[in-house]
Amino acid sequence: MKLGLAQHSALLISPTGGGKTLAGFLATLQELAEPHDHNGIHTLYVSPLKALAVDIARNLERPVSEMELPITIETRTGDTPQSRRARIRTHPPDILITTPEQVSLMVADPHAAHLLKHLRCVIIDELHSIVTSKRGVLLSLALTRVRTHAPDVRFVGLSATVADPDSLRAWLAPSHAQPVALVTGAASVPAQVKILQSEERVPWAGHSSRYAVKDIYAAIKNHQMSLVFVNTRSQAEMLFQELWHANDDNLPIALHHGSLDVAQRRKVEAAMVDNRLRAVVATSTLDLGIDWGNVDLVVQVGAPKGSSRLLQRIGRANHRLDEASNALLVPSNRFEVLECVAAAEAVFENAQDTEYPKVMKLDVLAQHILGRATAGPFHADQLYAEVTSAFTFRRLSRALFNQVLDYVATGGYALKSYERYAKLRQQPDDQWRLSHPRLGQQYRLNIGTIVESEMLKLRLAKVRRVMGKRLVTGGFVLGQLEEWFLSQLAIGDTFLFGGEVLRFEGLDEFGALATRAPGKEPRIPSYQGGTFPLSTYLADRVRRILGDENLWKKLPAQVQEWLALQNWASVLPRQNEMLIETFPRAEKFYLVCYPFEGRLAQQTLGMLLTRRLERWGCQPLGFVASEYALVIWGLKDFSKLIADGKLSLAQLFDEDILGDDLEAWLASSNLMKRSFRNVAIIAGLIERRMPGKEKTGRQVTVNTDLIFDALRSHQPDHILLRAAWDDAADGLLDVQRLGGLLKRIKNHIVHKALERVSPLSVPVMLEIGRESIHGEAHDALLAEAANELATEANRLV
Amino acid sequence: MPFSPKPPMNLQPKPIGLSKAHAITLAGVKFVPDVSGALYAPDLKALIIADLHLEQGTSLARRGVSVPPFDTGITLSTLTALLRSTAVQQLYFLGDSFHDQFAVDRLGEETMSRIHAITAQFETVWIDGNHDPMCKVQLGGMRADEINLNGIVLRHEPQKRAAGQFEIAGHLHPGAGVAHRGTMVRGKCFVSDPSRIILPAFGAYTGGMSIHSKPFHGLLEHAKTRVHVLARQGIHEFPMTRTC
Repeated sequence: MKLGLAQHSALLISPTGGGKTLAGFLATLQELAEPHDHNGIHTLYVSPLKALAVDIARNLERPVSEMELPITIETRTGDTPQSRRARIRTHPPDILITTPEQVSLMVADPHAAHLLKHLRCVIIDELHSIVTSKRGVLLSLALTRVRTHAPDVRFVGLSATVADPDSLRAWLAPSHAQPVALVTGAASVPAQVKILQSEERVPWAGHSSRYAVKDIYAAIKNHQMSLVFVNTRSQAEMLFQELWHANDDNLPIALHHGSLDVAQRRKVEAAMVDNRLRAVVATSTLDLGIDWGNVDLVVQVGAPKGSSRLLQRIGRANHRLDEASNALLVPSNRFEVLECVAAAEAVFENAQDTEYPKVMKLDVLAQHILGRATAGPFHADQLYAEVTSAFTFRRLSRALFNQVLDYVATGGYALKSYERYAKLRQQPDDQWRLSHPRLGQQYRLNIGTIVESEMLKLRLAKVRRVMGKRLVTGGFVLGQLEEWFLSQLAIGDTFLFGGEVLRFEGLDEFGALATRAPGKEPRIPSYQGGTFPLSTYLADRVRRILGDENLWKKLPAQVQEWLALQNWASVLPRQNEMLIETFPRAEKFYLVCYPFEGRLAQQTLGMLLTRRLERWGCQPLGFVASEYALVIWGLKDFSKLIADGKLSLAQLFDEDILGDDLEAWLASSNLMKRSFRNVAIIAGLIERRMPGKEKTGRQVTVNTDLIFDALRSHQPDHILLRAAWDDAADGLLDVQRLGGLLKRIKNHIVHKALERVSPLSVPVMLEIGRESIHGEAHDALLAEAANELATEANRLV
Repeated sequence: MPFSPKPPMNLQPKPIGLSKAHAITLAGVKFVPDVSGALYAPDLKALIIADLHLEQGTSLARRGVSVPPFDTGITLSTLTALLRSTAVQQLYFLGDSFHDQFAVDRLGEETMSRIHAITAQFETVWIDGNHDPMCKVQLGGMRADEINLNGIVLRHEPQKRAAGQFEIAGHLHPGAGVAHRGTMVRGKCFVSDPSRIILPAFGAYTGGMSIHSKPFHGLLEHAKTRVHVLARQGIHEFPMTRTC
């Protein structure tokens, strides 16, 4: 607080439940308690969650009105109506509570200088979560504008515990200002983390955790209020359904995930706050935010994937700092048992594995530049200086900046005939100016860095028969569903949504329609990979447990038996080794390796290895990657190839695989296209699909895949291809992590030629056939689908 | 991993390749679909192409959506490659050859001469589309609102007709998805029943609209409909029921 009053910027780190939000406001409240002129915003509070913003406003207004302080508070989010925005502009409040996107919109307003000239303080909540996404990159750029308008402003970051607080401090501080003070809250008592010891058999593979439902239900019964976290929406749906079947005592159990209608989610949240529920099954939608009621147990179903994520989730229990909170980990398969043990240890040591802030996202910079032009004309030199004052772009070269500016101005194409369609034009005074005010409107509509996968509204339908004809009419909105999922449903198919079995009734111009189908067997949404990859830190700990028999004591008996069996049949690799097993099975030959680097990195590895094996004449047929292992199968005996010296594993796993092979594959990869689509939308190359606007007959938006192809062949050095490449390598392919793996295992590969499947390989072998083949082979997939039909037809003859 | 731009190995913008295995017979005439989206009638030495949408890029750029201006070049390169690989004498464009009615004015000189070279060599018919009513005369060839080819009407927009009439049309940009092994593969497609073929859009930036969407309702005899999905390398045939 002293720091706040002394005009210092600060980073407040404390575990959840430490009351840091209020701490962030103390200095502001004290300054504003004095009589002051109402002529501008004093404090800007930025939260990543709309719901959190609304809640903070409520929590602040109460003490302010009780103490009769002369302080005005307003919120501005994406939902705020135009009239209120106008009021905020004409009568700025003392405290404005808002979201990152709204800060960008505010600084793009030609009146921004007027609004922000009295600004003294910017508070950024959940900073640890914001900085690891493109939203953080966009916010960091908007804050450079804020700083230009209000040079004396101080920044207060509120964060959960992170691995590297210095990176957050650097993120908050402009390059030239004083360093940000670090204030660390009192550490809480370590949580009591238990791993479920079920009487049931832990499955070899899969993610359903169905075996543990009775145990989870028993745990819910023994506590006042439990938060049950899962990793994906479909897991949430399924677990909720299973709990419902087991719910003999009619306990009030609710469901909360991002696809459910907002109103429905708010209802659940309100019920939690009022302690009307005994359990909520939730996805990451409840990871952040206010403390929800008197939670006394957090259950993590499925692997926690990262130590910090787990700590954050455990922190959702609204405990007092001096009391240990309770957590129960429920592994859904045997490898996850290992991961849960590793995570429980990490939690005990309070070990953090948060990600480093995202930096240098060129698509975000492009959006910011257009926003800057929307606020008024600018000099390129000044904007460059301002942009590079942000932590996220401190390493941006002037050449690259110019390239992005050129992209925003004219598209950055080699063909100069595009000059006449320029969005920005340079004036005689060298200033860049928007070429048409309409572009400002376009910018405001397309702002933001969150590109949703295409979602369709799902509504409850009424089906009537009128003169023998089936008439389906839509009712109220149940929520949203991804288009890819809906597009696989045929009318009459059943699926789980919002805890109910629904029957798909078709599409209309507003979206999808469904009726309730209680008692039917649902066709469960296919499991969408692990959305969070296993953190490097946890992976390392898992490898350590695996390689050291002394550590097995912590494992359940059946898992110990499994590992002992593996030791007998094959071998268990030491922490720094990577095991490769080769064996025949049913006329095919298999190569299994255990990198423990997460599905993304291993999928990339699988793609590269099969390309290489193909080129070397080893005839691979396919591969499947799990979070822990990778299996490749083919027509030639891998064991024999290796024994005869025709296949060198050291060469196969050589680091040079990340060179041309990667380049060649990525060029035509669907991952790259997906990455390009996001980049193209964020950078404003194409417009977002506006709800309600898109279904006017023919689709007017251009397919980004086609633009990607055109750019690849005609301008391979285009700035957006570069941005897409960076994103793909970074997020979708995990190339960096793969590079680390290849380096780590050099000269540490242990090979075992076996007669048959090894115990350790069973989980990944079970994934074969369950997993779809990895994305590229569209021709092959279609050919296979067409052939299957032909075969079926032949059988009928 | 640094970004290292390299031109792709194969500069051919779109693959071409006739698929004789997927020939479609309409009114006794054999038609062979090409993976580029063109339809070839070998016995008539005729090539039929729908919805080129030339200058779609600049059309969008005028509205502030600055997509790369390479579409016209790519579309014409594919067309030229296709013409070289077939024994075509007649060339029919089924309308929407230009993305808007001012598109012709935006063609560069080089593009103009490329088009002139084509119309000089092949008997070319430009059928009117809704995007480009009456504007091709200066490019060589003739224009028509529809034309009869061996008892089959070629026109832009498919029409509900009396029985016994045959039609080849474009306009709708048919596309279809096939779900297999949990993956959804979408592509442009030819869609045909015993009396009609609807062509996919040929233009480099054109997309596909689901053949199950409203504009297709009532046009196709579903039980007898064949869907030829265009993938990257080849064409794959499905019954209507297998697609979404």
